[in-house]
Amino acid sequence: MDAILALEDGRVWRGRGFGAATEVVGEVVFNTSITGYQEILTDPSYCGQIVTMTYPLIGNYGVNGEDSESRKIFAEGLVVRELSRAVSNWRAAESLDDYLRKQNIPGLSDIDTRSLVRHIRERGSMRGCLSTSAVSETEVVAKARSAPTMLGLDLATVVSCKAPYVWTDSQASAYGAPRLIPAAAAAEALLEPRFHVVAYDFGLKYNSLRSLAALGCRVTVVPALTSAAAVRALKPDGIWLSNGPGDPEPLTGVIGNLKKLIGHYPIFGICLGHQLMGLAVGGRTYKLPFGHHGGNQPVKDLTTGRVEITAQNHGFAVDADSLPQDCEVTHINLNDNTVEGLRHKNYPVFSVQYHPEAAPGPHDASYLFRRFLNMMESEKSSAVGSL
Amino acid sequence: MPKRTDIKKILIVGSGPIVIGQACEFDYSGTQACKALKSEGFEVILINSNPATIMTDPELADRTYIEPLTPEAVRACIERERPDALLPTVGGQTALNIAVTLAENGTLEEFGVELIGAKLDAIKVAEDRLLFKRAMEEIGIAMPRSGYVKSLQEAHDLISFVGFPAIIRPSFTLGGTGGGIAYNSEEYDEIVTRALQASPLHETLIEQSIIGWKEYELEVMRDLADNVVIICSIENFDPMGVHTGDSITVAPAQTLTDREYQVMRDAALQIIRRVGVETGGSNIQFALNPANGAMIVIEMNPRVSRSSALASKATGFPIAKIAAKLAVGYTLDEIPNDITRKTPASFEPTIDYCVVKIPKWAFEKFPSSDPTLGVQMKSVGEAMAIGRTFKEAFQKGLRSLEVRGGYRVPDNLDDSELRRRLVVPSAERIYFTLHALTVGYSIAEVHELTKIDLWFLDNLKEIIEREHELRGRALETISHDELYAAKQMGFSDLRLAALLTNSQGAALAETEVRKRRIELGVRPVFKRVDTCGAEFESFTPYLYSTYEDEDEAAVTDRKKIIILGSGPNRIGQGIEFDYCCCHAAFALDEEGYESIMVNCNPETVSTDYDTSDRLYFEPVTFEDVMEIVEKEKPTGVIVQFGGQTPLNLAMKLLGAGVPIIGTSPTSIDLAEDRKLFGALLNQLQIPQPPNGTATSNEEARNVAAEIGYPVLVRPSYVLGGRAMQIVYDDTSLDNYMTHAVAASPEHPVLIDSFLENASEIDVDALCDGERVVIAGIQQHIEEAGIHSGDSSCVLPPYGIKDEHLDAMRRYTREMAMALKVVGLVNIQFAIFNDKVYVLEVNPRASRTVPFVSKATGVPLAKIAAKLMIGRKLSEFNLPEELQVERFYIKTPVFPFVKFQGVDPILGPEMRSTGEVMGVAENFGGAYLKAQQGAGTRLPREGGVFISVNDQDKPFAVELARELIEMGFRLVATRGTQRIIESAGLECGFVYKVNEGRPNVSDMIKSKQINLIINTPLGRVSFYDERAIRRAAMQYSVPCVTTMTGATATVAAIRALREETLTVRSLQEYHAQAAAK
Repeated sequence: MDAILALEDGRVWRGRGFGAATEVVGEVVFNTSITGYQEILTDPSYCGQIVTMTYPLIGNYGVNGEDSESRKIFAEGLVVRELSRAVSNWRAAESLDDYLRKQNIPGLSDIDTRSLVRHIRERGSMRGCLSTSAVSETEVVAKARSAPTMLGLDLATVVSCKAPYVWTDSQASAYGAPRLIPAAAAAEALLEPRFHVVAYDFGLKYNSLRSLAALGCRVTVVPALTSAAAVRALKPDGIWLSNGPGDPEPLTGVIGNLKKLIGHYPIFGICLGHQLMGLAVGGRTYKLPFGHHGGNQPVKDLTTGRVEITAQNHGFAVDADSLPQDCEVTHINLNDNTVEGLRHKNYPVFSVQYHPEAAPGPHDASYLFRRFLNMMESEKSSAVGSL
Repeated sequence: MPKRTDIKKILIVGSGPIVIGQACEFDYSGTQACKALKSEGFEVILINSNPATIMTDPELADRTYIEPLTPEAVRACIERERPDALLPTVGGQTALNIAVTLAENGTLEEFGVELIGAKLDAIKVAEDRLLFKRAMEEIGIAMPRSGYVKSLQEAHDLISFVGFPAIIRPSFTLGGTGGGIAYNSEEYDEIVTRALQASPLHETLIEQSIIGWKEYELEVMRDLADNVVIICSIENFDPMGVHTGDSITVAPAQTLTDREYQVMRDAALQIIRRVGVETGGSNIQFALNPANGAMIVIEMNPRVSRSSALASKATGFPIAKIAAKLAVGYTLDEIPNDITRKTPASFEPTIDYCVVKIPKWAFEKFPSSDPTLGVQMKSVGEAMAIGRTFKEAFQKGLRSLEVRGGYRVPDNLDDSELRRRLVVPSAERIYFTLHALTVGYSIAEVHELTKIDLWFLDNLKEIIEREHELRGRALETISHDELYAAKQMGFSDLRLAALLTNSQGAALAETEVRKRRIELGVRPVFKRVDTCGAEFESFTPYLYSTYEDEDEAAVTDRKKIIILGSGPNRIGQGIEFDYCCCHAAFALDEEGYESIMVNCNPETVSTDYDTSDRLYFEPVTFEDVMEIVEKEKPTGVIVQFGGQTPLNLAMKLLGAGVPIIGTSPTSIDLAEDRKLFGALLNQLQIPQPPNGTATSNEEARNVAAEIGYPVLVRPSYVLGGRAMQIVYDDTSLDNYMTHAVAASPEHPVLIDSFLENASEIDVDALCDGERVVIAGIQQHIEEAGIHSGDSSCVLPPYGIKDEHLDAMRRYTREMAMALKVVGLVNIQFAIFNDKVYVLEVNPRASRTVPFVSKATGVPLAKIAAKLMIGRKLSEFNLPEELQVERFYIKTPVFPFVKFQGVDPILGPEMRSTGEVMGVAENFGGAYLKAQQGAGTRLPREGGVFISVNDQDKPFAVELARELIEMGFRLVATRGTQRIIESAGLECGFVYKVNEGRPNVSDMIKSKQINLIINTPLGRVSFYDERAIRRAAMQYSVPCVTTMTGATATVAAIRALREETLTVRSLQEYHAQAAAK
């Protein structure tokens, strides 16, 4: 099956199609993780995007029943240099090809992915169309141009859950294999939940919820547009803001709700949640040329001087200069010095641009969940003290 | 944290001679460390016994001690230099062991020297099995279940814990003799009993067998701020059971999900922190049960290693350089990434290609050794290849090994033999694996037999399927797309020529495929190794070829020279040639040329992106070189520095119009051609031993009859004396012609009269076509018949008549001029019956170039490279002949201890892997240092066993006299004893091994013998002598097998007894020489 990828600037790659025979449009981005394609595909933050893997050999270990980060594939399409014919891993349940086909997602292989990556790096991420049924290149280029631009696009409310629910690790047994969870965390997970966290779902990943639950939190997931009052009614110990796709700026309703919650509860935001936090405190966000997508991004914690290797997936960032006096930048990206973390000076509110839940990626930042927990802990005890 | 200012002077300890398991990679890491620390303003002191290294070039450190790597010599160096710190982590196990010794014996404390990089405690936790195991238990990381037992009863108690299959490893036996794997209790009892007997401590380790598990390595770096990053993951193609140095390895890991990879990463972070390696690189090995993902840690190296060199080359992240900077206080985020310039070193490289490393073995040099691969490393070199797919990298890697004509499995291979070859790991297993897939074995079957992961096997199967599609078809029927697809999979033109035919169905030449490929426009592009998967722009042209759309070579329009490297290390072609290639790059840089390196050896300095302006990490084959030449359009190409690898290509490249600079390949060819070279010598009236060539048994007999036995026989065009033998009669000659070589009209066998007991001399010289400068006349300590690479040699020569020296000088000049040498030339002479003969002329860089350069202080290879681009010798202010003060001795180092069952005797086939240099004011002192550097511990006193052949007996008396004078007790076998006693000297008698007991072997084992002088009894080496030499090796008793060697040894022992150890730096030697 032939397939074609066209970018809005007219550049075209021809290769072999896999997965579903169909046509999609989206913003074309690249991810530099060597492993973790299953988690990447199912990360709702990739909604509206066609993902190119820089590592050329994809599909080697197949797809398994445990590593999906949400209920389905959210990426619009997948571009790889070589799709592995063989699947080799003791946990593999099916091939990547089958997985994509079943979920009606197209893939493109056998193209010079490095040339595509360099193109995006030089010219910025852009809209593209991946088609397995193209009639002509001009037609596909035209379709690429007709795709919505990411700037100004609200996708978070699209991917968010439609009704609140309480997180139970439905996969607990499947995920099971206890050696995959650090022993200490597994032990804590058995404790009676000590905190109630309300998680705003803008496109969250299961591993964030698991990380909270593993530390002893009961998690209620709420839709993106849940009002501040409704959140208050849930009597949370803390509020967690998830990652998600798209531009944060159009989410004015969410930002309004956050403004009402800041100062009243410990709040921890990641990725899109971090950007929303930046906007809620009065800052601005902007679009990066081609974003950060990968598992090797060095982030420096300015308070400790320590460097952590982080998993990232974002196209927008908070503008440091736009932040008000009562907010400070706590983390920066050492590659380009962009803002990677914020803290409110007066309230128990902090956020990071990267993914402490990893999945995929290194676990260096998992301490942030504990930091959130400690924050809830001290709020709880000071609240008790003030009574 | 910024750089430390409390330390100013740092001692770096190198790794010594190249041995199996410790090769060029430590020159690479040491060189990087020297450069990094010097550029940071530290005063760098280096000690290393290996003169063939770039790191021991006098420019790289402030003072360079080429001295034995013994605790005594390093202590002497410390005492003299008073460094503030010692960096022990870039010189392999050798440096680490010395650092531990000096820390434990109080030397470091006495002189206030701080260990940087890794502290004593960390080294001990990592190196001591028990401490490491305890540490891993503490942090909850599993290791193979194991325990030590001292009796069968204890073994019975342990087995329920360890489980079957169990590995039994007796303590302190040579090469694990007496151990094995038990699959049931019957075998278990048998092997444990045997192991306990074999162990001098009556102790054995019993360990859970994880043979067949998947094997991984992670390269980890840590800084003083406790930032830890993983540089590279490596997955072994060969599962557990084969030493990682003998495994085909692949970067990055291919069959781990992110979850599994992150669990491994977490463990690596925990381990480096628990072991306490403060800064720098470490290597951690893991095993994974393919059935359920259970992970255990195997070991950790608290230093840079062979794998770090591989990881550096595989990612572009210079581990040793960064490690050196971290050791002096920098943190990762303070060090920029050279390649991207804009981003820091505190990240984890990501790669967008696949890297395959394939080892190269030298079993053909050790025919009686066990070729099975196991826990002890046996390979002598490796090639690395980069491709966009595993298939491409794998096929590039295979052709990088330069197996002439490719490996062919035996024609009459039956099924059970094939199965055995799949089960038992060996150097050839990969070829049998491919064969099995070709003849229809399923992937599942091959997996069952080899335990190689299904993913790898399926990739091999794809290659085989493509071969099936192509095999037997005519080249012209292959479409552009088919050819392109085959090239994308890594098929070489040569391989395609073998698979396809011409339009008449006849065999194809590589060049025909190339021609057609160019017609169809199927050409490679070059992509960059950039540490970041193209996320950032790269500023270092570190390139590899692949078949895709976009080319990133960005060639310049500067004047430029391509240097062809020497490919994977092998015996006879190793670091010396890499040294010369690096010098060519340095010289070209000085001359304002762009230097372009082509090589595929990941261990080397030449493949550091810092060494040349542009690096092509590519196989050194005709096809790959031509593509680079056509891309770069260089001013010139240098073929005379990389040993036989580029020389083998020279004529073909010349034929293709490549501008080869320096000595013409025609001259190089002439020197190899018997007839033409003979005619030249006749014309110059230079004598050579009577000789001839033969392509059949009959011709060979005729030649031998004409020139008389003994004769030296060898195939033409070989390096390192491959398949060279001394033959004494027709029967052996027939045997050689029939079995040892495949003689053909294109490759005749060369037959020379063998000059018995002649002295051999190597002369290296520079020539610009007009003038000749003699660089070094080196006298071999062993007599003719022992390969020049295996003989110790001394500079300057001693005891050679002036008339002979003059003759050699004259001949050298005449031959260099006649061959129109531009660059280096090496000539081997023999003095036989008071007459000088020319044995061979090599108009190219020789193995002794770095040694002579270090001794004279003149960078020969650099000057040679400059001559090649048109500069003249007159511009370098050199005398007619370079002079040396003092004695410089080069001594080879052998790998016999790794090859069980091999007789450690010297002969015309080269078998040494490396060399050391000893320098002193007198011959004995220099030979002593060389011997110490080579790991030989000469005795000050004790017992000496002497057994010599009839020819040597007259000389034995003089030796005996000297030894007795120094207080040694002598024992000898009957004949030798009689001769010694008849001279009025006291000498005990001892049985030969087959005469009675206690025999000499018993005396060695009971440690009554401290030195053995045993010259072989003529034509055949008897069992008896082999047994003596094997016992000597096992008990580390020095064993000398030539009379000239024995004389030198006695001189060295005298120096040991009478002189105190002094160490001096090269810079001091050279300054003194310059002052004179």
